[in-house]
Parts: sequence; C-alpha cells; structure tokens
Amino acid sequence: MTFLRVVWLVMRKDLLVELRSREILYTTVFFAVSCVLVFAFGFVREGQPMGDVGAGILWIAVAFSGTLALGRAFERERQSETLRALLLAPVDRPALYVAKLLGVMTLMAAVQVVIVPLVALFFQAPLFEHFLMLAALLFAGTVGFTAVGTMFAAMLSRARSRDVLLPVLLYPITVPVIIAGVRGTAALLQAEPDPAAARAWLSLLVSFDVVFITLALWTFEPVMTD
Amino acid sequence: MPRIFLPLTLLVAAMFAYAPIMIAGAPIESTMFLVQKIFYFHVPSWFVMFSGAFLCAGASVRYLAKGSREADHYAVTGAELAVVFGLIGLITGPLWARKAWGVWWEWDVKLTLALVVWLTFVAYMLLRRYGGPGSEKLAAGVGIFGAANIPFVYYSVNWWRTIHPKTTVVPTLGPGMRGTFWFCVLAFMLLMVLIVAARVRLERQRALVDELYLNLED
Repeated sequence: MTFLRVVWLVMRKDLLVELRSREILYTTVFFAVSCVLVFAFGFVREGQPMGDVGAGILWIAVAFSGTLALGRAFERERQSETLRALLLAPVDRPALYVAKLLGVMTLMAAVQVVIVPLVALFFQAPLFEHFLMLAALLFAGTVGFTAVGTMFAAMLSRARSRDVLLPVLLYPITVPVIIAGVRGTAALLQAEPDPAAARAWLSLLVSFDVVFITLALWTFEPVMTD
Repeated sequence: MPRIFLPLTLLVAAMFAYAPIMIAGAPIESTMFLVQKIFYFHVPSWFVMFSGAFLCAGASVRYLAKGSREADHYAVTGAELAVVFGLIGLITGPLWARKAWGVWWEWDVKLTLALVVWLTFVAYMLLRRYGGPGSEKLAAGVGIFGAANIPFVYYSVNWWRTIHPKTTVVPTLGPGMRGTFWFCVLAFMLLMVLIVAARVRLERQRALVDELYLNLED
C-alpha cells in the first residue's frame, strides 16, 4: 500500500469512529468554550477586556483543548487494544503518525471554528479583519502544536500516568508556538494592525512545523518499537 | 574505576578551592560592585546545563538509532546535569537580578530560554521516573525534541521581548575578570566530566546487577 493510501485509510477510520459517537468533538468544543469563559472572568474588568488579552485567550484555549483531544485520540486506541494491531500492520509507521496528526488537526479545526467567533464576541476583538492572515497563523500553529503533541501522545499511550505527563512534556516544547501564535494574532488585533509582524511570526511557525514534523517522522518508528 | 578518576577529582577539588581566591582577587565591576561576583558561578552553571542538555540529545539520537544501552546511560546523566545545574542557575540568577536590576525576575531572553530548557528536562526526568517500563525510549524522543526546540525558544522569546523596552545588562568583561571567568568555566566543565563518568558507571553497574538478578531467577 502506498504511504498516502495508508494515511487516508487510518484517518478515515478515526474520523468515522468519531462521527458515530462525536464524543471527542463535543467534549473538546465545550471544554474550549468553558476555557474562554473562565478567562473572561479573569480578564474582563467592568465590562471591558484588559489590553490585548483576546489573542492570548484564543491560543490558550486552542492549546488546552488540543491537549484534551490528543489524549482522547490515543486513549480510544488503547482501550480497545487496537494500537498494537495498528502497529503490527505491515505499513510504514510514519504513515500512522501522519494519519493521526491529520485526524487531530481536523478536530482542532472544528474547535477553532467555534472559539474564534466566541473570542471575537466576548473580547471585542476584530478577529475577522485580517481573516486570511489569522487563518494562516492558526493553521501553522495548530500544525506545530499537533506535530509535537501527536508524537508525545502516541509515545505516552503505553506509559503510566499518561494523562498528567502529556501536558507536562508538551507545553515546554510548544512554547515557541504559543509565543508566535499569540504575538502574531495580537499584531493583527492592535489599534494599528501590523501585518508585517504577523508575517514574521508566521514564518517562525512554518519553520517550527518543518523541523518538528521531520524529527517526528524520523523518531516515530524507533520510539514506537518495543 | 578508570585510573583518571582520582587525579581528576583532586584537580577539580583544588580548582574549586582556589576559585574563591581568584574571584576575590578579580577587579570589582564598576556599576554592580561586589554583586557581580556571583557571575563567576552563575554563568558556568548555565554552561554545564546546556552541555548536559546537548549531551542528553546526542546520546538520545544514538540510543534511538543504534539501540545501545550505553548511550541511554549518557542521556539520563546529561538530563540530570541539566536539571541540577539549571536549578543552581535559576537560584543564583534571581539573586543577582534583584541586586543588579532591582527585580527578582526579568523576562530577559537568556533567562526565559534557560527556564524553558530547564522545564523540558524536568519533564524528561518526570517521564523517566513515572512513565513505567519502556519510558527510556519515550524519554529519548523528549530529549531530542527538547534540544531541537532551543533555537526556536531563543528566537521567539527574543522577538517577543523586542516589542517591549529592552534592558541590556550583560556586562562587558574587563581584562582581570576574563581569566577568573574562564578558570571557573573550566572548573565547572571538569566537574561535569567527573560527574558524567561517575554517573554513567553507576548506571552501568545497575544494569549489570539487574541482568544478574534475571539470570539468577531463570
């Protein structure tokens, strides 16, 4: 089987299972919404949001709900003992990684469709004025975050105390993604938008994506072998 | 025990005993006065921390590529050194910052980078400690990712900082200070070599004991 066909089949399987129960989708979306709400209580004073908190809250909600989705995506494989079956299949291991990555990214895109308008609404943030740039930042940031996250979640699916270890490992490594995402988005939201700064942050995100996807494709095979 | 071990221990002990004398004799810095002396131990600890991080990453690459147990011993040693010496740096840094800049913490690029790298290797140790069997391989992945992350954290924090007013504080070293500084760096690096040798030996013996137990049970 070709690489792309394996990617397509595994991803289709994951999305089909998810579409039947919609468990991860619903729980993650509502988790992200509650996240935004909790931050609203922290950073809205006398009816006015403080400074440019909108960008930060958007990215924190993305990171937190992403962690949840990553954990659940592999928990499902573990509970039904299908991870071993997947790993035993005579296909390229990196194809499994890419399939999982795309699956989680699809879920996170669905979450973002809900929380971007919500942040715009709650924090009076003009998120839609530079929509294409924002979409590019969110896409590149999500790729970077899930590239590292899928790798770690896959590794941890066999480890003890995996629920706590996933964020503990994931957040220090994704610090550049969060900084670049937040600052890039904030550059678009300020009184005089600065698309040049946003582009600079976008290029940082893209190089992060390239480096970490390459690394993950290389390390996935040896790390997932017993 | 390698024959080099004892002379090396004596040398490192002598160097650390002599270091305070050299530091006391170094010229007093013109703006920060006596406080600046912490620099002679603070910066070398960062040197050891980053060397430990890169040792861990390099050994992890070797462990994943070749599967050699020996490389894994080096990886865990590197990570432990990064955590311990990072902690020394994170304690001496704010002490110095309080006196020199008037604040305990500054979101300076070097400080933030060090904190993020330190957190990564604390996470590495947590994974090894609580990840259960087979976590060495997973930890190797974390070590590699953590080291690859260093330039990205550096650039992102640097750009993030430049949006705000910048405080340049890194002192230019006077001629009398340079010698003392490099002497301390050398002492710390030799101490690192010593610790690596001892720690890897311990890890090797531990693996040997495990193997013997397994053979006994068979």
